[in-house]
Amino acid sequence: MKNLFKYQLFIIAALLFAGCSNDDDNTPTVVNEEEVITTLIAVFTPTTGGGDITFQSQDLDGDGPNAPVVTSGDLAPNTTYNVVVTLLNETENPAEDITEEVEEESDEHQMFYLPSNGLNLSFVYSNFDNNGNPLGTEMVATTGDASGGSFGMVLRHEPTKPNNGTLPNAGGETDISVTFPVTIQ
Amino acid sequence: MRFIILIGLAFLFSELVHAQECTSIITGRVIDLHDKSPLSGATIIVAGIEVAVQTDLDGYFRIEKLCDANYSLQISHPECSTRAFRLPLNGTTDRVFYLEHHLESLNEILLTSKIFTTKSETVLENSLDLSALEKYSGFSLGDALKDLSGVTTLNTGNTVAKPVINGLHSSRVSLINNGVRMQDQEWGVEHAPNLDINSSNRITVLKGASALQFTGDAIGGIIVAEPERIALKDTLYGRSIFTFGSNGRGGSNSTTIIKSYENGWNAQVQGTLKRFGDYEAPDYTLSNTGNFERNLMFRIGLNKLNWGLEGQYSLFKNDVGILRASHLGGAEDLVRAINSPVPLVIEDFTYTINRPKQEVQHQLIKVSGFMRIENLGKLTAQYDFQLNNRFEFDIRRGDDADKASVDLELSTQNLAVNLEGAFSGYNYKVGSSLNYQENFANPETGVRRLIPDYQQYRAGVYAVVDKEISSNWILEGGLRFDHTKMDAFKFYRTSFWESRNYDQLYPEIVVEEVGNQILTNPILNFNNLAATLGTSVSLGDQLWLFANFSLASRAPNASELFSEGLHHSASRIELGDLGFQSEKSRKIVLAFQKKGRLNFALQPFYNRVDNFVVIEPTGVQQTIRGNFQVWEYRQVLAELFGIDFDLNYQFWDHFNFKHQFSIIKGYERDNDQPLINLPPASFSNTITYQNDRWTIGVSNDYFFRQNEFPDTNFEVFFPVSETFQTVDVSSAPDAYTLWHCNASYSLSFIGKSELTVGAQINNVFNTSYRSYLNRLRYYADDLGTNIILQTKINF
Repeated sequence: MKNLFKYQLFIIAALLFAGCSNDDDNTPTVVNEEEVITTLIAVFTPTTGGGDITFQSQDLDGDGPNAPVVTSGDLAPNTTYNVVVTLLNETENPAEDITEEVEEESDEHQMFYLPSNGLNLSFVYSNFDNNGNPLGTEMVATTGDASGGSFGMVLRHEPTKPNNGTLPNAGGETDISVTFPVTIQ
Repeated sequence: MRFIILIGLAFLFSELVHAQECTSIITGRVIDLHDKSPLSGATIIVAGIEVAVQTDLDGYFRIEKLCDANYSLQISHPECSTRAFRLPLNGTTDRVFYLEHHLESLNEILLTSKIFTTKSETVLENSLDLSALEKYSGFSLGDALKDLSGVTTLNTGNTVAKPVINGLHSSRVSLINNGVRMQDQEWGVEHAPNLDINSSNRITVLKGASALQFTGDAIGGIIVAEPERIALKDTLYGRSIFTFGSNGRGGSNSTTIIKSYENGWNAQVQGTLKRFGDYEAPDYTLSNTGNFERNLMFRIGLNKLNWGLEGQYSLFKNDVGILRASHLGGAEDLVRAINSPVPLVIEDFTYTINRPKQEVQHQLIKVSGFMRIENLGKLTAQYDFQLNNRFEFDIRRGDDADKASVDLELSTQNLAVNLEGAFSGYNYKVGSSLNYQENFANPETGVRRLIPDYQQYRAGVYAVVDKEISSNWILEGGLRFDHTKMDAFKFYRTSFWESRNYDQLYPEIVVEEVGNQILTNPILNFNNLAATLGTSVSLGDQLWLFANFSLASRAPNASELFSEGLHHSASRIELGDLGFQSEKSRKIVLAFQKKGRLNFALQPFYNRVDNFVVIEPTGVQQTIRGNFQVWEYRQVLAELFGIDFDLNYQFWDHFNFKHQFSIIKGYERDNDQPLINLPPASFSNTITYQNDRWTIGVSNDYFFRQNEFPDTNFEVFFPVSETFQTVDVSSAPDAYTLWHCNASYSLSFIGKSELTVGAQINNVFNTSYRSYLNRLRYYADDLGTNIILQTKINF
């Protein structure tokens, strides 16, 4: 009986011990996705002078339910443009420039430009990684005769470099994939 | 022979006693201390006058013509430790004597309630003994359990294998490790159980939720892993197993040392080291699939007859590479991966584990004790603490390249008190448990939390009763009630919060708005009832029928409730639902068993689950990273049924033929759609030759194609061709067959030590195949030939 009493004490002590909860009322800190790219801006500057044409895709909620907001412009026929691409993470304040990161790790990245069939638009790389392979945050774009369609921009992480310029050959993972409708007129 | 001699001695001594002309009598009964069964054939020697008698079939004995004096009785039994009792004799004395089985050990603390033993006796093939487990020393728990009919695995590659019982897995299967319910983030399909297979001596699978002393929410079933039972005698022994595998070019060693004393003290140390590099499919290297596992277990115990204590610490640590080619961006990458006949990334063999990879660590501390209280039964108490750390590393960019994407710490404390005993023919077991769990998701990852921070409180009570109505008819029943309270802090994206109408449904849980996210404090309560009712009947010579009905209910897990975003390892967006109710399952398991030279077991089951949580694709979400398929959790009425068949036939003295067949069907009843990821029908045949030294076997596994699966294909837009292309993520791979063979030879050396050497060849014909239940089946073939060499030393 004495033993039983001792046992009961042990159980009660143990119950009390387990019952002590963690009264930590601090709320957790918010996590802003650090490497998320919310915004792609491609600025087309005609070499012959004239106003910039801006293509933008902005997806402020990342993989949340809202689709990206895409704004396009029209390009002039038979014109050459210098294209400069900016990538931003706008979930942070001020917005973080991801282009710098991509350019620092140029060996591991490549932007691909994919005009649709029938659209008279071609792209030539004008910046390169440390090994002399294309990077693609700066381009030269040349339009032909008036036509319509779309062009895609795809940023691949860790593609095979050098590659033949097609996505299947490049491999890697897709960091950005956007499609801009465009009219050349 | 020994028996006859003892009887002879007894007669001889009774003549001597007769000569003393005394008239006192000792009558008594010798009983097993643990299960109260009578011990027949126990020898009682009266010291001094050297009278010896044996107990009859019911454990009774009688010694006549003794004088009134203080006697010492020595009672021995072939299966028990010999004990001495002092007995003052005055006239006729009647007494009950308790002996303890050699094999009884501290494990006895936890479970041998009837409900348990009948369950594991239901079908012999439902458990794996030490020799079966040793075969898988270099592999995982899941690989070993696949040997049981009705048990398969859901794989992520070949090293992450989750057990699937009768078609269900993850939160629906509970794993009990030496009496502790494992809390190792088992909700995730790519989270393998954190258990070293070498730390168990026996693993039993219960295909129902009937072990209510542990849990009432095991809708799929329960896996019980038990460690070595330590005998109560002065001894030191152990074993060491070395395994080498050609596939993965690695190996493992596991060593166990056990020391015990007759006075009850005992200790065990066990460690395992396992290292493999990239595994190989028949035609290519599966790049980044190596693993590195390090485990340690230590326990110490004191087992006196009427009380005992045990303490245990175990550490499980595993680094697992995830197939490099399975790491994808959006749906376009998925199309490319599925259409490619070979993995998109194939590199040279290496032992290095790169990203993507998992690093998991599980620590367990357990303290338990028992005490036998006369006229009441056995009281046990247990406290356990588990700490589970999980890191998942993805391929990342910039400053974050070295950071983990998932960094979770789950700690669980559990306190349980149980009482078991017998009362007027009924065996009972009652108990209660208190459980506190805390999850911490480290915000330093720079990736939004997959599982939010939460605190969970759980309290449960249960009672289980069984009665042996006659020697061939046992009835059992039980009830359990659990209350669970979950207090979470969850950040929702504002866009998701509003698109789900949560701003209308749950405005009261909003704590604050931070940027484009909303911090909420959901507090959820779940009351879950579980019950079981079962019977076993002997139908004559070696024929048994078992029937069990179980009601189980499971509170939704954190993943089902709170998921909301991109699940990188699945390359899809997963959405949970805050409004989920508990799943409620009603399962009937029957078993018809015949023992003997030709033995078989037929086990049909039916499981109806209300509020069954499924995750299914509902659309495609456009993001700046491309298109992702959206999978949403929802609750449906599901029905699962199937049959497991085992047959074993011993012939020509040394040969054995084994056959297994399993089939399972499952449907969502609201729209009669098949459930996803159910194992296809399969059978296996094994022929084994065995003599004292040699074991040689050949086996064949055949897996049918899974013909019933929901159509979860979706379409994705390709800008260059301006066309849509279908992404086939639902079709099941073709049927396949695999051949294996093995041989082993054992020899004695240096006294009692024994050395066993064995060789085993898996997938002899280097067959290329893909399994429907491998989540990486889109990207690569499964393993090619594996030649495994094993050496075991028992000392």
